[in-house]
Amino acid sequence: MIKLFTQLGANTRKSFAKLGRSTFFLGLTLLGFLDVLLRPRLLSKQLYSVGVLSFLIISISGLFVGMVLALQGYYVLTDFGAEEALGVMVATSLVRELGPVVSALLFAGRAGSALTAEIGLMKATEQLSGMEMMAIDPLKRIISPRFLAGWLSMPLLAAIFSTIGVLGGHLVGVGMLGVDDGAYWAQMQTNIDFYDDIINGIIKSVVFGFVVTWIALFEGYDAIPTSEGVSRATTRTVVNSAFSILGLDFVLTALMFGDI
Amino acid sequence: MQHSNTQDTLVGLFVASGIAALFFMSMQISNLGTFNEKDNYTITADFENSGGLKVKSAVVIGGVRIGRVTAITLDQKRFRSVVKMSIEPQYNNLPDDTSASVFTAGLLGEQYISLEPGGSDTPLKNNGKIEITQSAVVLEELIGQFLFKDKDAEKK
Repeated sequence: MIKLFTQLGANTRKSFAKLGRSTFFLGLTLLGFLDVLLRPRLLSKQLYSVGVLSFLIISISGLFVGMVLALQGYYVLTDFGAEEALGVMVATSLVRELGPVVSALLFAGRAGSALTAEIGLMKATEQLSGMEMMAIDPLKRIISPRFLAGWLSMPLLAAIFSTIGVLGGHLVGVGMLGVDDGAYWAQMQTNIDFYDDIINGIIKSVVFGFVVTWIALFEGYDAIPTSEGVSRATTRTVVNSAFSILGLDFVLTALMFGDI
Repeated sequence: MQHSNTQDTLVGLFVASGIAALFFMSMQISNLGTFNEKDNYTITADFENSGGLKVKSAVVIGGVRIGRVTAITLDQKRFRSVVKMSIEPQYNNLPDDTSASVFTAGLLGEQYISLEPGGSDTPLKNNGKIEITQSAVVLEELIGQFLFKDKDAEKK
C-alpha cells in the first residue's frame, strides 16, 4: 500500500519535472529563432523535410475526406430535399474542424514522429554532445529551425487540406451526384464567414502546429539515448500529439464558436 | 541531405501552394469575395416582432439578395425590435416609402427580410428608416388562433 503511494508520488513528481524541462526547452528554442533568421538555409532545408514531404499525404487525404463528406452528406441532405446545402456542409466541416484537426493528426504521424526519431538518434549517437563540444548550441542549430519549419508548415498544410477537400466534395457532389454547380459555391459563399470560420480555422492550425512540433522535438531531445528509448519516444510523440490536438480542439471550439 | 536547387524550388512551390490555398479559402469559399461591405449603406426598420430573424439573415427584393441584417436590437421605449440592414451600394434607388416584411423561406426555412418598393421619387438615404413594416408570422400564434376558433365554434 505504502509502495503504491510512493510510486504515485514519484510518478507525479516525474511528470511535473518533465513539464518543467519541456517549458525550459521551449523557451530556449524560441530564443534560438533569431539565429534561424540569420541562417535561412537551415530553415529551407527543414521546410523541405517537414512540409514538402508531408504535402502528398495531406493532399490525398484531403481529397478523400472531401469526397466522403460529399457522398455521406448528400444521402442525408437529399432526404430533406436540401442537397443544395451540400457545399456549405462540406466547407463548414472542413474549414472549421476536419482541416485543422485531421491535417494536424497526419502531420504528427508523418512529420512529428520523424522529427522525434531524428533528434533521438542524434542524441543516442552523441551528435548533440559532439556539437556542444564544438561550442555549437544544438538547440539553436538543430531544434530551432525544425520548430519554426513545423510551426510554419502546419497552417499551410491545413489550408491545402481544406481547399483540396472542398474541390473533392465538388468533384463528387457536382460531378457524380448532380448537385447544381452554382448552388454548391453560392450557398458556401453566403454561409461561410471569413472571420468566424476561415480565420478561426487558421488560428486552430497555428496552435496545433506549435503544440505538435513542440511535443515531437521535446520527446526526441528528452529521449533515453538507446534504441528502445528512441522507439518509446516516437510512440509517445504520436500518442501525446493526438491527445493534445483533440483536447485543444475542444477547448478552442468552445472558445471560438461557443456563443453562436 | 545535400542542399540542391530542386529542394529550394520544391520548398518554394510548397509555400506558394499553401498561400494559394489560403487565398482560395478566403475568396472562393468564404463571403470575403462576394461582398465588400465598406461601400454598403445602412437602413433600419422597426418591427413589432422580428421572429426568428438573425444577424446575417438575407435582405431581398423580388427574390434577389441585396444585403444582409447587421444588428437586431430592442427599442426600450416602445418595445419594438429595431433591425439594421446593410445594403449593397448599387441598389441606392430604393424609394423612401419602401415597406419591409419578415418572411420565412419554406415552412421550416430561415427567416429573411423582403423589401417591397413603393412609388415615391425620393430615395432612401444612408441611415434612413423604413416606416411601413409587417411583423414575422409566428407559427405558434397561428396554431393558437386556429385552435381557439375551433373551440368557439363548438360552443355555438
